[in-house]
Amino acid sequence: MPDLIARFKRHIVVFLAVLGPGFITAMVDNDSGGIYTYSQAGARWLYLPLWTLLPITIALIVAQEMCSRMGAVTGKGLSDLIREEFGLRMTFGIMILLVLANLTNIVAEFAGVATALDIFGVSKFISVPIAAVLVWFLAVKGNYQSVEKIFLFACVIYVSYIAAGILVRPDWKEAAINSVRPQLMMDSGYITMLIAMVGTTIAPWMQFYLQAAVVEKGVTPKEYRESRFEVIVGCILTSVIAFFIIVACAGAYRDHPTDIQSAKEAALALKPFGEYAVLLFSAGLLNASVFAACILPLSTAYSVCEGLGFESGVSRTWNEAPIFYWLYTLLIVIGAGIVIIPRFPLVQMILLSQVLNGMLLPFILIFMIILINKKNLMHEWINPPAYNAVAWITVIVVIGMTLALTGITIRNPQ
Amino acid sequence: MTADKFDFLFFTETLGMPVYDLKHRRIGRVKDAAIVPLIHPARVDRFLVGAGASWLSVRYDQIASISLSDGIKLSNEKLYPYHSDEYMLRIGRDLLDQQIIDVNGRKVVRVNDVTFEIKHEERDFLVVLEVDVGIRSILRRLTQGVVPPKWVRKVQRPIEPNSIRWEFCNIVEADPLRRLRLNISHDKLELLHPADLADIVEELGPAEREAIMGTIDSEVAAEALSEIDPRMQASILEGLEPEVAADIVDEMSPDQAADALGELEDETSAEILDEMESEPLEDVKELLEYDEHTAGGMMNTEAIVLPEETTLDTAMKRLREHEDLLENTHVLFLADSIGKITGAVPLARLFLADGATQMKDLSLDRLISTTPGERESRVTELFDKYNLLALPVLQEDGTLAGVITADDVISVLRHR
Repeated sequence: MPDLIARFKRHIVVFLAVLGPGFITAMVDNDSGGIYTYSQAGARWLYLPLWTLLPITIALIVAQEMCSRMGAVTGKGLSDLIREEFGLRMTFGIMILLVLANLTNIVAEFAGVATALDIFGVSKFISVPIAAVLVWFLAVKGNYQSVEKIFLFACVIYVSYIAAGILVRPDWKEAAINSVRPQLMMDSGYITMLIAMVGTTIAPWMQFYLQAAVVEKGVTPKEYRESRFEVIVGCILTSVIAFFIIVACAGAYRDHPTDIQSAKEAALALKPFGEYAVLLFSAGLLNASVFAACILPLSTAYSVCEGLGFESGVSRTWNEAPIFYWLYTLLIVIGAGIVIIPRFPLVQMILLSQVLNGMLLPFILIFMIILINKKNLMHEWINPPAYNAVAWITVIVVIGMTLALTGITIRNPQ
Repeated sequence: MTADKFDFLFFTETLGMPVYDLKHRRIGRVKDAAIVPLIHPARVDRFLVGAGASWLSVRYDQIASISLSDGIKLSNEKLYPYHSDEYMLRIGRDLLDQQIIDVNGRKVVRVNDVTFEIKHEERDFLVVLEVDVGIRSILRRLTQGVVPPKWVRKVQRPIEPNSIRWEFCNIVEADPLRRLRLNISHDKLELLHPADLADIVEELGPAEREAIMGTIDSEVAAEALSEIDPRMQASILEGLEPEVAADIVDEMSPDQAADALGELEDETSAEILDEMESEPLEDVKELLEYDEHTAGGMMNTEAIVLPEETTLDTAMKRLREHEDLLENTHVLFLADSIGKITGAVPLARLFLADGATQMKDLSLDRLISTTPGERESRVTELFDKYNLLALPVLQEDGTLAGVITADDVISVLRHR
């Protein structure tokens, strides 16, 4: 018995040591675009979309687990592995798509910052530049450990959505039933919403970030069991947050389901339930947007420099790693800049980011599965046959949904 | 490089190059080129030519001429099918897009392309000149095959080349047998400063890390290991065989060895301790008893202690006997007849006195010391307050348990 307790304690210690990458990546999945998608779903379809959360969580776990496993076993990032196994041309092509897709995602994040502060009447001409400068400094001046701690703290703030969800006093029974009962309707709007929910769950940049973070953290195969647990916990928690976002909007719009155009509408719709509800929702949006805006440009710069063999790292000076710093800075400047342009169609930008993500994701997922099945790379950590089957099915479904979403968005850009 | 533009060739240009037989019929196109390091470290020994369904192997002495404009012309048509050979370093398969160590630049780089020199002797052959990294070679790789080769050369000319001479390239290979067959030696790595070697090792994957740390000289490995991040230290030591790990830990100074072993699981560190030699073993075991965030955990047990009446001349003689400790010695400690520490003499003071002076006359007015159980934060405070270079750690009876030096304190402060 004491042996069991000692082993349990050791697991906890290792878990706390590896806590970070999986958790953060999963939480930041609920970025400004994600919140917009979930808000829309809840506002228009109330509790109906909740059943998708379970399959989404599974898909997320499968994708995240593979990347963190690759990171722990090979000690190399995803771009490195793609470069080594698929060559320069393929890597270059992927990097171009990645930069474009991530740029549109960054625009969406800064748009989220603008929206969140707009609710309180702060003009985007003030909020966005300040946010851009803050984000730039955080990565450049911080080191990985301290920045990670800040990110983990940001994860805690997501709790605001749980609070907002409770404040609207939703129909818990409805919510619970719909969480497990799949509903399919032949309504094109409904189908589109379903596809959007799955399609925006896994973004290519998340895979690159997670693997790089796992490597940076120094996770080894020895600690992998705890690391995998951390990844799973992160994915589950993120779905819990998504649940509450949908529930909050469902509760707010229970009498008048609406097709909302922005997260701001959703936040304001919470007014009848108290100022706190609005505050919590907006705080959550602001937190998520800033959080993602910090991670995205940095992760993009790292992935590109890693894949193409350029010097990278915030511990280097601008002269030592020029391409890294230039790319990072340009992404922030252009991303924030686009948001500030008056009358720029931000919703289009968010949709464009979904399309680009959708085009890149199939390649990334397929590469991941190919890589994770290479014995000389993964040794005994290779995918067991059963897991491979699950992984392939998940990947094919996600690719299908993502391509469908891409097709729909291209055909009807609203 | 001031060579005439037709005397060199890029590997990406050789890929797909046509190979002609004696009757000027095209046999196939180049698929890869290989070096056999045991025969010659830089000459391209084989070309692998794709002819129909299978590949042929062309030896360097079967080639009459090589040029960018005319391709490869054979002098001997007796070609054999290609069989994979463990003694071959294939440039396309094993070098391109892989990581290698730039010994001169002291970093890990990724190979984009390789530059050959075309030697014109009784027949033409290629010799590897340098490995290309950087934007110029990326541009070349991307445009090769899409745009005619002469244009590619023109386009890439204005960009600065970024290359590493072949002599300074160290290939990273995790499999020991293959390392032997490819004649990979890490001599040049052993000449690097341990901190630079540590940087390089940190950038590699786990298998390659262990391969390098396990093959280079133990003393060099020990110095490099102590500069590596503690978690990675643990990972490396765990990956090595206990005897090999013990060889390295033996060469480390006891406090660094204790730090490294302290990060390991009890089982693994016990295995390594078992394999260690007895002399360092005692010191290390002693230090492992202390918590790492106390004076005991920071201190080193190696220090020079002299009787307080020792004359300067004798002191100098003793110093010469302990050359290996000198690098980290800034202060000599003085003890009385029962071993109690009574004074400390900064090395600089030895320059000011004459040979007959007794050490106790050169000693500092006040002896600042601490105990093994003292907190880390208090230790760093002492260093700052009294501007110390070395702080003696005394047992209850006043004898020397160990010495903490400034570099230990700097490490602690940086990791806060």
